[in-house]
Amino acid sequence: MDSNVSSSNPGPAPLVSTKIVIAGGFGAGKTTLVGSVSEIPPVTTEAVMTEASREHDDTSATPDKVTTTVAMDFGRLTLEQELVMYMFGTPGQARFWFMWDDIVRGAVGAVIVVDSRRLADCFDAIDYFEKNQTIPYIVALNRFDGELGYTVEEIREALEIAPDIPIVDFDARDRRSSGQVLRRLLEYTLSRPKTPQLV
Amino acid sequence: MSIRRRRGARIRPYTFTGGRTRSRHPLMVQTLVSTADTNAAVPENLLPESRNIFELCREARSVAEIAAELKIPMGVTQVLLSDLADQGLVYIHPTITGHSPSENQVLERALRGLERLFQ
Repeated sequence: MDSNVSSSNPGPAPLVSTKIVIAGGFGAGKTTLVGSVSEIPPVTTEAVMTEASREHDDTSATPDKVTTTVAMDFGRLTLEQELVMYMFGTPGQARFWFMWDDIVRGAVGAVIVVDSRRLADCFDAIDYFEKNQTIPYIVALNRFDGELGYTVEEIREALEIAPDIPIVDFDARDRRSSGQVLRRLLEYTLSRPKTPQLV
Repeated sequence: MSIRRRRGARIRPYTFTGGRTRSRHPLMVQTLVSTADTNAAVPENLLPESRNIFELCREARSVAEIAAELKIPMGVTQVLLSDLADQGLVYIHPTITGHSPSENQVLERALRGLERLFQ
């Protein structure tokens, strides 16, 4: 989309990257999913709150807030020699919303990982992507011990997920199962009409 | 003791960037960056942080990977990379966001890649 090197310069090999977001409640299995599919050990980086678009000193309004870093996980998949996909896990806690925008911006899609034993934990993530509207998302039910406890339709109703949004169940610990979730997301992204927008 | 040390380390990052907090190039966390000329020596005039970034980018790296490996905050990394790009020292690779129909071809290649990896 942008380049700053003239075409006469052979320069570095042409590369394209893309990103999907792995969202969901704290402990739902986001990091496990990323770890199952990533070709590198998942990187946990401290995303510091001196984030670019913030006004300086947000903490002045909340003097008791001492935490200034948020852990953010990501993994990588080389899909072709020149095509790399990153998976970014969002911080689980809702109070880090402002971080989400930076992580989510420009994503081709999002997976909301849901622990069916703690449905309420994913409400924040679902709200976020419902309001966002530009990033296609699917819901992935992590069946930790082989049991879901509910049918997919019961869960759709409980979470008030629109009928056209795919809900799949998977095991975040299993590489192939987690990979299938990513496939389903890209299929869904491709099936949706595109709305050109600035990122 | 340790708390004091951490505080000291936390305040300084944007002194590297002359106080700027925005990059002029569209650098997202997943954007790949590599040195424009893989064999080029590190320019003498670069600050240590920028030199480290330059060295790291001899192999293409994402903004997030650079920030994580060098332990530089994401926002600072973006500004420093933007400066290196302005000087023609690094190349910023394109990013597919899936919002334009023209990107479908690349998305389909991505899907086929996933199908190969996770049959």
